[in-house]
Amino acid sequence: MATREQQALELIERVRAKPPRFRDTQITMAHGAGGKATLTLIEGLLAPAFGIETLADAATLDGLALTTDSFVVKPLRFPGGSIGELAVNGTVNDLAVAGARPLALTLSLVLEEGLSAEELRAEVEAIARAAESAGVGVIAGDTKVVERGRCDGMYVTTTGLGRLDPRATLGPASLRPGDRLLVSGPIGEHGIAIMLARGEFELAAPVESDTHSLWPEVDALLDAAGDALRCIRDATRGGVASVLNELARASGVAMIVREAHVPVRAEVTGACEILGIDPMYVANEGVLVAAVAPDAAEVALAALRSVPGGAAAAEIGEVKTEPPGLVLVETGFGGRRVMDLLVGDPLPRIC
Amino acid sequence: MRFVDEFRDAELGRALAAEILATVEPGRHYKVMEVCGGHTHTIYKYGVDDMLPENVELVHGPGCPVCVIPMGRVDDGIAVALRPEVIFTCFGDMMRVPGGAGSLLDAKAEGADVRMVYSPLDALRLARENPDREVVFLAVGFETTAPSTALTLMRAKAERIENFFVYCNHVTIVPPLRALLQSPDLRLDGFIGPGHVSTVVGARPFEFLPRDYGKPVVISGFEPLDLLQSVHMVLRQLADGRCEVENQYKRVVPYEGNPQALAVLAEVFELRPHFEWRGLGFISHSGLRLSERYAEFDAELRYHVPGVRVADPKACQCGEVLKGVIKPWECKVFGTACTPERPIGTCMVSSEGACAAYYNYGRFARERAVV
Repeated sequence: MATREQQALELIERVRAKPPRFRDTQITMAHGAGGKATLTLIEGLLAPAFGIETLADAATLDGLALTTDSFVVKPLRFPGGSIGELAVNGTVNDLAVAGARPLALTLSLVLEEGLSAEELRAEVEAIARAAESAGVGVIAGDTKVVERGRCDGMYVTTTGLGRLDPRATLGPASLRPGDRLLVSGPIGEHGIAIMLARGEFELAAPVESDTHSLWPEVDALLDAAGDALRCIRDATRGGVASVLNELARASGVAMIVREAHVPVRAEVTGACEILGIDPMYVANEGVLVAAVAPDAAEVALAALRSVPGGAAAAEIGEVKTEPPGLVLVETGFGGRRVMDLLVGDPLPRIC
Repeated sequence: MRFVDEFRDAELGRALAAEILATVEPGRHYKVMEVCGGHTHTIYKYGVDDMLPENVELVHGPGCPVCVIPMGRVDDGIAVALRPEVIFTCFGDMMRVPGGAGSLLDAKAEGADVRMVYSPLDALRLARENPDREVVFLAVGFETTAPSTALTLMRAKAERIENFFVYCNHVTIVPPLRALLQSPDLRLDGFIGPGHVSTVVGARPFEFLPRDYGKPVVISGFEPLDLLQSVHMVLRQLADGRCEVENQYKRVVPYEGNPQALAVLAEVFELRPHFEWRGLGFISHSGLRLSERYAEFDAELRYHVPGVRVADPKACQCGEVLKGVIKPWECKVFGTACTPERPIGTCMVSSEGACAAYYNYGRFARERAVV
C-alpha cells in the first residue's frame, strides 16, 4: 500500500472520529433512516441539548429501565404483523435488550380524521394481543385526532417501563477483543416484507415480518451466559450492519463479520439481490445481536437456538482490536471490505 | 442462490488468480480500465482487487450513469420539480446528486413533490393515477436503461396519456470512451467492456478500441468470477500479442446486441448535437433526446427549462476520477469534505461511483492486519 493512500485513509478516520455536528438546514427523509444522518441528529443536536453523550434506546434509573418509541409504518398492515403489534414489540424489545424485564406500557395514538373504526378496532386488538403475549400491561395513554391528510391513518407512540434483571451487566462500551457476535435469527425479513407489501415492485415472495417480543431470547441468554454477556442490541432500522457499527464505535474496537455465516432466508436473499440492497442493512423487528465473551459463546448460541423459532441463530463474527471503530466483512468470495453505517434511505417508514 | 452462487465461488476465484499471476510479466505494470460502474461496485464489494497481483491495476472508468450528470442538469431538474403542478419522479440515487444549490432531496424537503420510483413504468402509473397533475420522469443511464424509457414512452403514446413527460438525460457509451482515449494523460493497456450496455448494443460498437487505438477489450459479466476471468482474458491477449474484442459475457450478450431494443431506441430518441458530461465537458453526439415523434412528452420543451450551466466546484476532481487519471483517494476532498452523506461530487453519490464504492467498501488498507 502506497504511503500516500495510507495517509489519506488515516485522515478520513480522524475526520470520522470527530463528534458529529448537526449542520443541515432542514430535515430530510435521510434523518429518519437510522444511518449517518440520524446519528448526526441525535449526537449533534439532541444529546448535547440535554447534556448527555448519546440518546440510548433505553435508560436505566434506580433499577428500572425506561424507553419510548413512535411508529409511523406505511402500510398499517403487512404480512406477519401491523402497526399495533410493532408498537408493542418495538418498545418491549428496547427494554429487553437493555437487560430489563418489560413491565408496562403507555400508549399514545394520533388518529387521522376519516380512519375507519374497523381499522382502528383491529389495531387496538392487535395491541392488546401483543401486550398480553409479551406479558406487559397497557396502563395509561392519550389520543389525538388530526385533519384528514395530516397523517397516514394512525401514528402510535408507546413508552415502556421495565425492571433491570439482576443477571444483566450490559453496556455498549463493554466489548472486548475476542468477543463473539451472535444473531438470534434470519435477518432482513421485516424490511423486505414491508417493501413487498407496498406493492411498488412487481415482485411477490412469501416473506413475513419477524415482529415479536425478544424477551424470551434475552431471558435465555442471561440464563446461559450471565455476566459473560457484554451487550445486546435490537437490529431494527439500519439492520445488523448499523448495530455493529454503533457498538464498534462505542467500544473502540474492530469487528470482522463472516458473510457466509449470516443467516438469511433464500426469499430475502433473492429479493435483496433483485433490488440491489444488502440484507445486512435491512430492518428487523425480532432479531437481536449479542456480543458475548468467547468462552460463553457456545452456551449462549445454544440458548438462543433453544428458544422457539430460534433454530437459525448463528455466530457471525468476532470482535478485534485494530482498526478501531471499523466493521469489516470477509466476503464469501474470499475478499474483504468495509461495512459502514447506512447512508441515504432505501426504505422509508418501515417502523 | 442458483445461477448466482456459481459465479462467486472462492475456490474457482483462487484458481483464476493463480492463472492471472502466471500470465503477467513480472517487471511490467498493467493498467486495465473497467468502463462500467457496475463492475467498479463488484470489484470493491467482493474485494476482487485483493486477488490480483500488485502489478495489475484496475482503473475505474466513466460508466456510472449518475456520476456523469453535470450540475446544471440537476438544477434544471429541480426547477421543474418545484413547479406546483408537477410530480417529479426519479431513481433513488439521483435524489442525492448535488446541483448548484442543493439536491432533489433538499427540494423535496422544501415542498417539491419528488418521488422515488424503480422503473419508468412506475412513473407512468403515477400519471394515470393523478390525472390532475403532471408527472415528470428524470431519465438517466446509458443504452442499458434507455430502452425501458423508450418502451414507457411508446406505451404512454399508445394510451394517449397527456400528463406524462420525460426529462431525458440518457447518454451513449462510445463517445466518452473516444474522448478518454484522446486525452494524453492516460495510459491504458486494455478495457473491461460494459456487460449491461452490450446486452443492448452488442459487442460490435467496441471494435474501434482494438482497430483505432490498439487496445484489447473483453466484455464482462458482473459477478466476481466474471471480472477475474475478463482480467485474465485481457492479460492473455497482451501476452499473446493479440488485440481484439472478446465476449466473456456470452451467456447474456449476443455479438450483434438486441435488435428489438435498438429499434425502439431509434424510434423514440435522437442524438443531441452535443451533451455536457460531468468533469468531461461537452462531447458531441453523446446524449439522447426525444425524437420529433415524441416531442409532446419532452419535459425540456414543455417547461422551457432554464438550461443553466454550473461549473463544478473547484475542489471537486470527479472529472479526473471519471477519466481514471486519479484514484478516488487522490482527490483533495475525498472522505473529508466530500463523503457519501454530504457529497460534493457525483462519484460519491451512486453505489456505482468509484469514490462511493472505494469509501464504502474499500476504505481499509488491504495490507493492514486485523488483529
